[in-house]
Amino acid sequence: MRAFTYERASSIEAAAKAAASNPEAKFIAGGTNLLDLMKLEIETPTHLIDINSLGLDKIEPTSEGGLRIGALVRNTDLAAHERVRRDYGLVSRALLAGASGQLRNKATTAGNLLQRTRCPYFYDTNQPCNKRQPGSGCSAIGGFSRQHAITGTSEACIATHASDMAVAMRALDAVIETVKADGSRRSVPIADFHRLPGDTPEIETVLERGEFISAVVLPPPIGGRQIYRKVRDRASYAFALVSIGAVIQLDGTGRISVGGVAHKPWRIEQADAELPQGARATASILLADAHTTEQNRFKVDLVERTLGAIIAEARG
Amino acid sequence: MQGSIQLEISRRVLLISSAATIAVNGVVTRDAAAQAAGSQMNNTEVSFVVNAESRKLNVDNRTTLLDALREHLHLTGTKKGCDHGQCGACTVMVDGRRINSCLTLVVMHEGDEITTIEGLGQPGNLHPMQAAFIKHDGFQCGYCTPGQICSSVAMLEEIKANIPSHVTENLTAETKTTPTEIRERMSGNICRCGAYSNIVDAIAEVAGTKA
Ligand SMILES: Cc1cc2nc3c(=O)[nH]c(=O)nc-3n(C[C@H](O)[C@H](O)[C@H](O)COP(=O)(O)OP(=O)(O)OC[C@H]3O[C@@H](n4cnc5c(N)ncnc54)[C@H](O)[C@@H]3O)c2cc1C
Ligand code: SF4
Ligand code: FES
Ligand code: FES
Repeated sequence: MRAFTYERASSIEAAAKAAASNPEAKFIAGGTNLLDLMKLEIETPTHLIDINSLGLDKIEPTSEGGLRIGALVRNTDLAAHERVRRDYGLVSRALLAGASGQLRNKATTAGNLLQRTRCPYFYDTNQPCNKRQPGSGCSAIGGFSRQHAITGTSEACIATHASDMAVAMRALDAVIETVKADGSRRSVPIADFHRLPGDTPEIETVLERGEFISAVVLPPPIGGRQIYRKVRDRASYAFALVSIGAVIQLDGTGRISVGGVAHKPWRIEQADAELPQGARATASILLADAHTTEQNRFKVDLVERTLGAIIAEARG
Repeated sequence: MQGSIQLEISRRVLLISSAATIAVNGVVTRDAAAQAAGSQMNNTEVSFVVNAESRKLNVDNRTTLLDALREHLHLTGTKKGCDHGQCGACTVMVDGRRINSCLTLVVMHEGDEITTIEGLGQPGNLHPMQAAFIKHDGFQCGYCTPGQICSSVAMLEEIKANIPSHVTENLTAETKTTPTEIRERMSGNICRCGAYSNIVDAIAEVAGTKA
């Protein structure tokens, strides 16, 4: 790990300002992703801003009837929160399907959204990777690509976004609240928050330098059967090959968001509209622009079948 | 050319450090230079409580809680397996919650209360979970065991606090302690020797349920 200086932030504004004034500074929340990457020198900040003592660990009702989740709320606490379990079961389910009990006790809401890909070449500093080292090439294209994205990819990168929670948040249309270095605030719908790789896979979100996530807001509850299905190589403590977060209403309408297939949680509103027609109709719109490799072609079938299982479960 | 670079470096060193900290050979240690630069320090002081004893350390910011426990405080019961959050050997409790001590910096634990395997029980004064692991042969080589025990003690508290898991059927009902729940909740602790079934037996006994 490279040496770095360390400060405990005194306020959100001070943290944002400190991060904006030093391009080599990073916020540290739970540290479960950042420290992992710093040990491998994939992330090499020279200054860390500890944001754990800013009182952002609360979950509060909004005036619209939704919930405002502080950026530092731990994954365990979010999954176990009474209102989340009752009204946003999809969020609890997605969180509980991820990582381990120990990791969820540390991992935060903002950190989870910003976790980086698990592409093995991104982790192997001996291999070219456009995301880790822009312009060096993509080792996954033409390499081992079983885990990789099948839609929304580019010539530069075919990595997936690894978060389970983000898939649930996308289905529920969560909104990310931020504070910029100049003190101004903005709200970004999760649909616009994560970027597709394009020519700049190293830029993963629309956040500006120093921009601080203060909270994630869930809109008022929409009811329905909320189901999260994660298909992975072992039954627990593994990342998804494919995962689907679904909210299915009694009349068969609903919405779905898919993980493990793209550089961001994958949702297409026109595909939602096909849900009453069944899994095949829905999946064919979701993955209309699929671009697979020999090794990850199976994910196309896996999405359709997982969706079929969800629809059957919602009816049953 | 090389000479001029060296001159440049020693001028910078002179500027940021007082003449007194420069050793006879003209070389300044990084610590001395860092101290002179005030907030540019690569070390931080941190005070916390480990196994009911107050501790104070001045450490390189890079030190993980795991390395602080093992290398600085010589509490070697906590083990390093993967150092990347993937095995659970380093599990300790911080303010009663289990975490992976390899993925957290010790400087982030100012004021915290940390419990390691040494604090749970000692020879002659075993924690019930330690005794149950021995009774049920919940290990072979024993490397994962301190992590398994810290994790399981905190895990049973999580069930008591009604925290759900991936296998909890009804999110709005009270969480129950079943073998399926124990297995899922312990998935963050890998055992290369495969002592899993005896580990579940030991935990189930302490929890007062049948495995
Ligand atoms: C072994 C292992 C297995 C895992 N399995 C899964 C899994 O199955 N599913 C899953 O979804 N995840 C999984 N994870 C990933 C885990 O969920 C993330 O590591 C965690 O959510 C990151 O949160 P954190 O608070 O620790 O982030 P940190 O590591 O502290 O930060 C991550 C990034 O976010 C930035 N950041 C943090 N907070 C803010 C803020 N408020 N504003 C702006 N920037 C911020 C940091 O600067 C950093 O760049 C796994 C991790 C490990 C190690
Ligand atoms: S898929 Fe993306 S992250 Fe993986 S090697 Fe290619 S550029 Fe790097
Ligand atoms: S050493 Fe910490 S999880 Fe493996
Ligand atoms: S007893 Fe050997 S690793 Fe678990």
